[in-house]
Amino acid sequence: MSFLSDPITFIGQWLTNLLLGWGLAPGLVGVITRAIGAFVLAMTGLMLVVFTIIYERKLYGRIQDRLGPNRIGPWGLLQTIPDMIKIFTKEYITPEGADKIPYNLAPILSVVGVLMVWAVLPLAKTIFGTDIDVGVLYIVGVGAIGELGIILAGWASNNKYALLGAFRAVAQVVSFEVPMVLALLVPVILGGTMGVNSLVQAQDVWFIVFAPVAALIFFISSQAEVGRAPFDLLEAESEIVSGFQIEYSGLKFGWFFVGEFLHAFTISALTATLFFGGWRGPGAQEYPILGLLYFFVKSMIIYLVVILMRIALPRLRIDQMLNLNWKVLTPLALAAVMLTAVVEKVVLHYAAAFELGSTAATLLRASAHLLANALLLAVFFGLVKQRTARREPPLVGRPRPVAVPPAAPAPPAVESPHSAMP
Amino acid sequence: MQTDWLYIGLFLIVSVIFAGVPLLIAGLLSPRKPNPIKSSTYECGIETVGETWVQFKAQYYVFALTFLIFDVELVFLFPWAVAFDQLNLFGVVSGVAFIFILFAELLAAWRKGLLEWV
Repeated sequence: MSFLSDPITFIGQWLTNLLLGWGLAPGLVGVITRAIGAFVLAMTGLMLVVFTIIYERKLYGRIQDRLGPNRIGPWGLLQTIPDMIKIFTKEYITPEGADKIPYNLAPILSVVGVLMVWAVLPLAKTIFGTDIDVGVLYIVGVGAIGELGIILAGWASNNKYALLGAFRAVAQVVSFEVPMVLALLVPVILGGTMGVNSLVQAQDVWFIVFAPVAALIFFISSQAEVGRAPFDLLEAESEIVSGFQIEYSGLKFGWFFVGEFLHAFTISALTATLFFGGWRGPGAQEYPILGLLYFFVKSMIIYLVVILMRIALPRLRIDQMLNLNWKVLTPLALAAVMLTAVVEKVVLHYAAAFELGSTAATLLRASAHLLANALLLAVFFGLVKQRTARREPPLVGRPRPVAVPPAAPAPPAVESPHSAMP
Repeated sequence: MQTDWLYIGLFLIVSVIFAGVPLLIAGLLSPRKPNPIKSSTYECGIETVGETWVQFKAQYYVFALTFLIFDVELVFLFPWAVAFDQLNLFGVVSGVAFIFILFAELLAAWRKGLLEWV
């Protein structure tokens, strides 16, 4: 029963006992079991990509009125495997004049930066890498490594398109971190901790109820950080012919691809974890294996929204993109953090003063936060609408200017320098 | 506490191995037939002119700088958010005042025209 309800802890204990039985030192046993755990978790992360690629390609095909991959395996489910073999045996073409070290480092960084997030992502109550007490900050920090990879790739490729892609990455991907970090402050305030698993434990009521605005901001800005459509300015095939990855081939290109798909799934998982209760659900506390199921179901539903956004929305222009970031999301996030802090303190104060029960206090908290968030959205979008309203009145029904011949004869033409040439 | 960071270290090593070793293996397996045309810079078929690392639009730099200002100050807000339960009203108000200063900075940058793409 213990194995069925909580396999990871069971296997971990069995392994520890086995190694201790061999007469190894306890410290060494700890290192070995952790290394195996890290290996399995990283493997899971990478193997997920095989699944998400086929998920996305099938959906993409269906929405564009195609079948999607349908040749290899049942319903084309094994299509990714020959693709992997193909990309594995392709030649590496290094452009002349490329800066060798950053050029080869960039694909590694873009995968490592995403994979490292999985070290703190709780998959179930007992199935998680580790629960460090600065988890949220750590996620932001390692997320930036992937962006560093993109910028390095663009800079080192010795190609002007790639360099343009890197510049756009600086303007877009990096500056979208500001609203993302601000939105991450809200669950930290609500949960009173930065550990990711502790934050999930704190969500007796999902944080989406308390902070819908912060959840929306986090979702949008982390989408922009991944750099997929509608925010795919940094690769923009039709403008700068795939931007930073233009000079990459073979598995080096494949790694950027893997990094992007894994990142897209990881932000869905993070949104599910931080705002939708992660592995929380009926029975998940007693049976961690159920938590695993809840976690993947929630992540997959959010990932579906991510894919649908990618399919449905056209690419933004860079000025629209930066306006969205600096003039919409950042002020909104600042206001949301302030509002959450004030409302939370006031509600907790009154709940303590009137000695409300825990259910009544939670209800009061939820309704106060929801009301505050709704007010904030209404006021903010009122302001945005007012500022972006078209100033000129409609042209319909007014006399339109008609072309009339000039009254006076035109002045003699000035001799242009071109006609003066012999 | 230390074992947590030990795990992070191990995870870093494992993920670098996962990312790096397949690249090496693929490098050994894949053919290697470079020629000058193949390894020339790709620019949609046109030969490239001049060097790549040219002067660029200063606007990108301005945005990076604005980002830096905000990011450094946001880090100070995390301890405040973690200790939120233990804060009294004064602590909350001073945190909110700090965010107001950030807001004022954003408005100042906005008025200066730093946030316009020109």
